[in-house]
Amino acid sequence: MADLPKTPLLDELESGPFPSFVSEIKRAAEKNDMSKDLLGQLEQSYREKIGHWKHGGIVGVMGYGGGVIGRYSDLPKEWPNISHFHTMRINHPSGWFYTSKSLREICNIWEKHGSGLTNMHGSTGDIILLGTTTDHLEPVFEELGKIDFDIGGSGSDLRTPSCCCGQARCEWACYDTMALTYDLTMHYQDELHRPAFPYKFKFKMSGCPNDCVASIARSDMSIIGTWRDSIQIDQDAVREYADKGMDIRSDVIGNCPAKCMDFDGKELHIENSYCVRCMHCINVMPKALRPGKDKGATVLLGSKAPIVEGAMLSSVLIPFWKLEPPYSDLKEIVDNIWDVWCEDGKARERVGEFIQRVGLGNFLDAIGLEPVAEMVAHPRENPYVFYEDYFEEGDEEEEEKG
Amino acid sequence: MAKTAEEIADAMFALVKDSFGVKKLKPGDLIKAMKELYGDEADKKLCKEAIKLLVNSGRCVYTYFGGSFLEIPHKEGAAND
Ligand code: SF4
Ligand code: SF4
Repeated sequence: MADLPKTPLLDELESGPFPSFVSEIKRAAEKNDMSKDLLGQLEQSYREKIGHWKHGGIVGVMGYGGGVIGRYSDLPKEWPNISHFHTMRINHPSGWFYTSKSLREICNIWEKHGSGLTNMHGSTGDIILLGTTTDHLEPVFEELGKIDFDIGGSGSDLRTPSCCCGQARCEWACYDTMALTYDLTMHYQDELHRPAFPYKFKFKMSGCPNDCVASIARSDMSIIGTWRDSIQIDQDAVREYADKGMDIRSDVIGNCPAKCMDFDGKELHIENSYCVRCMHCINVMPKALRPGKDKGATVLLGSKAPIVEGAMLSSVLIPFWKLEPPYSDLKEIVDNIWDVWCEDGKARERVGEFIQRVGLGNFLDAIGLEPVAEMVAHPRENPYVFYEDYFEEGDEEEEEKG
Repeated sequence: MAKTAEEIADAMFALVKDSFGVKKLKPGDLIKAMKELYGDEADKKLCKEAIKLLVNSGRCVYTYFGGSFLEIPHKEGAAND
């Protein structure tokens, strides 16, 4: 067994009930010196309460501008095996479906060329391979290419698109999230590998408003499945829920945010024109209720985590699109948004912040989209109200005089 | 006569080289500069093609320091041997 550094502080992180990353690093350290030195440096960081990583901004693979995050130890003499410890982001398959064979192949490549440590998956969705040296980057890239994996996005580029498992496993999916994710990934290869934006741009696809990939909070463009007709109701199944003890009035109707449901003990009635497609009733009574038949997606824009400015949620841009291949309408609007944002966006300004700065009206004008009433930040709040059309020239002056 | 991707790449390279150590240039900055220099002769597609030529030939590399830039290859300060 490898002679591991003493790590009394890190050992405490193994004492709780949950799996510990320290245990995993120790396991990897038994056959990999990078992981061994990683334990040592991390313990030192905990002891000194100071991080010992330096950012490397140049490393990458030939021709690509993203996907490799450079890291160097600032204690290369003490911990020579992690003098370089670069991270590689690898484009995950849509919906994170793997064969065990492909996972083994990835791990074999990484044990040969890196620390053997992985993070499945990073918050963008990529496979994260942690810790390698500059001279191993190209060989990893080449070997991953042979098993049909490519590097993902990082920096000011399109980040690796990601989606929920959609129609592959989930009966609520209102469009094929995996097909769209794959299509966008292939269509926008240039934007993914060659950073040319003011800052990062993320697509996340969720098949229904349950939004299992949290696209509304974590992606610049959130594409969320929905329907525009009526929720499908199986009244026998509703009664069965009631007979088996479900308190439909309290647990379903009482929690409907639109207050658009009614149950007389026999029949469930939904006033669909008021329904905000929140999925609550469907989640509670999955055997009795289903999304409608006229399915598609809502396209929202602008969310981001707090980095330069505070956190933002996406707001509605396109209330409903059928979203079928080849997705030309979607690509056209995306290209328009990128053109406007690239032209006038400031460095490190996400598209949501850009919209706030230039104003929604100007932004819609620039991308060639007519404002419609359904463009809402959230139900019952419409940020796209413009007053120009209601005032004639001179109105303001008259008002002031009055 | 319309510019070729090679000509645009050369003009971009000259800018990157001249500003090395003074100002980091983003790909977007280079595209805007080419538009100013050549007007409609340097459309976005051609500029992107030129950037691809610069990077694939190794004359320029992408770097990341809070944002992505194009620079001439050099050893970075943080790098260990
Ligand atoms: S977001 Fe909706 S469709 Fe996608 S996995 Fe979750 S519940 Fe299913
Ligand atoms: S989906 Fe939500 S808003 Fe619509 S009826 Fe069900 S609980 Fe009410």
